[in-house]
Amino acid sequence: MTPDSPRVEQVLRFDDVTVDFGGTLALDHVSFELGPGETRILFGAAGSGKSTLLKTALGLIRPSSGRVFLFGADITDLREHDLFDIRARVGILFQEGGLFDSLTVAENVAYPLLNQRALRQAIQPNGAGQRTVDQRVREALHFVELDQTLEKYPSELSGGMRRRAGIARAVVTEPALMLYDSPTAGLDPITANTIIALILKEREMLNTAALLVTHRYLDGHLISNFRYNPSSGAVERISRPAEDGGRVTTKFFVMKEGRILFQGSERELQAASDPYVQKFLRHGSA
Amino acid sequence: MLDILKPPVEAFQDFLILSVRAIRNIFRAPHYPDDIFQQMDIIGVGSLPIVMLIGLFSGVVMTMQMARGLEQYGAREQVGQIVSIALVRELGPVLTAVLVAGRNASGIASELGSMKVTEQIDAMRALGTDPIQKLVTPRLIATAFVLPLLTIIADFIGLAGGALIAYSFLSLSISYYWSTAWMVLQYNDLVQGLIKPFVFAIVIALVGCFYGMRTTGGTQGVGRATTNAVVVASVWIFVITSMITRIFLYQ
Repeated sequence: MTPDSPRVEQVLRFDDVTVDFGGTLALDHVSFELGPGETRILFGAAGSGKSTLLKTALGLIRPSSGRVFLFGADITDLREHDLFDIRARVGILFQEGGLFDSLTVAENVAYPLLNQRALRQAIQPNGAGQRTVDQRVREALHFVELDQTLEKYPSELSGGMRRRAGIARAVVTEPALMLYDSPTAGLDPITANTIIALILKEREMLNTAALLVTHRYLDGHLISNFRYNPSSGAVERISRPAEDGGRVTTKFFVMKEGRILFQGSERELQAASDPYVQKFLRHGSA
Repeated sequence: MLDILKPPVEAFQDFLILSVRAIRNIFRAPHYPDDIFQQMDIIGVGSLPIVMLIGLFSGVVMTMQMARGLEQYGAREQVGQIVSIALVRELGPVLTAVLVAGRNASGIASELGSMKVTEQIDAMRALGTDPIQKLVTPRLIATAFVLPLLTIIADFIGLAGGALIAYSFLSLSISYYWSTAWMVLQYNDLVQGLIKPFVFAIVIALVGCFYGMRTTGGTQGVGRATTNAVVVASVWIFVITSMITRIFLYQ
């Protein structure tokens, strides 16, 4: 390990990453770090590079320059087949859902368990008390309150239900990092808040690090200031927010034209004077 | 000048990379036999009725046209030989391939294109599956297996259609027609008639998958990918048949 190698406890690190799509910079010298249990909220206009950042974090897009470290491993130049084992520790919810049309909801949720090499080996029936694929699928769907949809196809679900099924597929592997690409886009406010409650629940139960792309300031505000209470089963305000001395686990990024224009806490975001940053506060005040 | 050439050269390079990876995956685990059989059913069984129909009528039309021409030289009874050579060497493979290109290169491109724009391909990669292994290789194997079989069926039905016309309109006996049609064929003709559909199949499957996998721009993009797949596959079929014919006839 070189002196510059990231600390092992880091979940994700971008080191001066640039992604060039034929002369257009989708990411422009982006650097940041994400530790265990931490959450980053990404705001930005369409085409500002948010989705590209998520896909680069997972190795779906290769950087033109810079390095990406995932769980301490440099994934920048890894071959596709070598990436599979690292990706097994990451859950992702795609903007378009990414559910397979030809599979039922249960088959979709079971897909990572049956196809990811590292997980396939882990769920071989070689230990007492081992949960079967079927049990884990049912648990994941119960987690997102979609117990009744096992045999339905994605086309039979509403937009919000598809998003929840996508979350179930992402969390079924109990990942250490969750990537959410616009989880509330195109949903009515009630359904959007339900999705955010699920994200809070997931964070609380599994202490997962997360990168969340959104257009709604309200999403970031809720994630920054609320938590899921497992005993009451309800979402409640964090009693000791970061501003009062609690640990800052949720930070905000604002992206513009591939660059991170702002990064900081919610209070710093509210105090930012940049008109572009202020737009996101005005269009979605909590 | 170089800027104009860059996109097609890059596209061709991407096509070659996809082709090499798809072919290499044939020999690498995991294999997806269910997907291969499903694609054989879609491409092979699904195309069978239209291939039989077109094969029949191409034989019928060829026999009528050739009989008219041969009559001028007093060689009408040789029609079985002409139809047989034309069908087995050229018309059977090319017509069948063009039909399958229209039906399946478009189907493959639109299916994979829809998966691409709805991020299902990215999801597949994120969830531990190589999309080339799961989507492209099974379609390649299935098409390479069923297109030669479809061509054999089209050739046979075409000759049967010719026999029908020879018997009913040209007063030739069916046994004479069949024996002349069969005897004229040489080993070279049969090899040529089977190599062509095999190569066409590779082109149809890979071109369909290539345009599907690089689809961008939502549903409009899917439409564009579908059209491009059919046009490019069809053009390549005619280019390749010329090349193979050149190799076999003038070696």
